[in-house]
Amino acid sequence: MMIKETYQVTAGDMTAAGDVSARIKRHMKQLGIPASVMRRVAVGTYEAEINLVIHSDGGRIDFAITPEGIDIRVVDVGPGIADIEKAMTEGWSTATNEVRNMGFGAGMGLPNMKRNADEFTIASEVGVGTDIHMLFRI
Amino acid sequence: MTVKEIASILEAKFLCCEEEGDRQVHSAFASDMMSDVLAFVTEDTLLLTGLINSQSVRTAEMLDLPALVFVRGKNPHQDAVERAKMIGMPALITHLTMFEACGRLYQSGLGAVEIEDYDGEMEI
Ligand SMILES: Nc1ncnc2c1ncn2[C@@H]1O[C@H](COP(=O)(O)OP(=O)(O)OP(=O)(O)O)[C@@H](O)[C@H]1O
Ligand SMILES: [Mg+2]
Repeated sequence: MMIKETYQVTAGDMTAAGDVSARIKRHMKQLGIPASVMRRVAVGTYEAEINLVIHSDGGRIDFAITPEGIDIRVVDVGPGIADIEKAMTEGWSTATNEVRNMGFGAGMGLPNMKRNADEFTIASEVGVGTDIHMLFRI
Repeated sequence: MTVKEIASILEAKFLCCEEEGDRQVHSAFASDMMSDVLAFVTEDTLLLTGLINSQSVRTAEMLDLPALVFVRGKNPHQDAVERAKMIGMPALITHLTMFEACGRLYQSGLGAVEIEDYDGEMEI
């Protein structure tokens, strides 16, 4: 059985940030995915969702179950990341004070995603957008 | 240690889900930065935070944490408490400061989260 779902994430809406990750988590629970895998996926998608809300102009999260495992793709419509190496560094952040007051902006999100996923790739182009792929083996 | 015992040590009040007070807690982590929590927290860990919006509850939810405590008597936002209720996550509030809340729990035998890749050296 192949499962694939797409969820839209709206830029700037911090009160709803986390809804998509929570839905994906619920879905995994129903499918009986092991708790340890579920947590790793939940952390990865939640960080990605928050980034869409606070840094991007909006985007989507694709959730799929493939023979390789749980496959998450996060695609946004801009503004893109100029220096990916910097963005991947722990502690590096361009988050505003407003975002920090809401508990984010430690510069840990992208490194967290990479650490939790078994495979992680990120591609980005300024003016176009960012495309992240995470694979979690079950 | 149970969530109920923690409530008593911290002179804390349940904002919701007191019926889940028998949940076990093995360590604690205190932070207002949710990405730090997401990076370092492992299972059965209590979250202590001064962050009173719903992202604190959502973070605890993603990590399947047993409970969370709001410190310094700051009342969390309504949507935070509603979210906690909805997912059945005990949320507590204590008048103690972060420092005092952590100190009391530590003294009562609750440990810290072990940070895996710490090799005894800090990168400075
Ligand atoms: N989707 C995105 N679009 C544009 N820029 C991004 C995107 N995701 C991340 N960035 C940039 O990369 C930086 C690092 O991202 P990362 O998620 O690691 O940290 P953060 O979001 O700033 O803080 P934290 O994740 O700890 O809350 C961000 O501050 C931002 O400048
Ligand atoms: Mg982030």
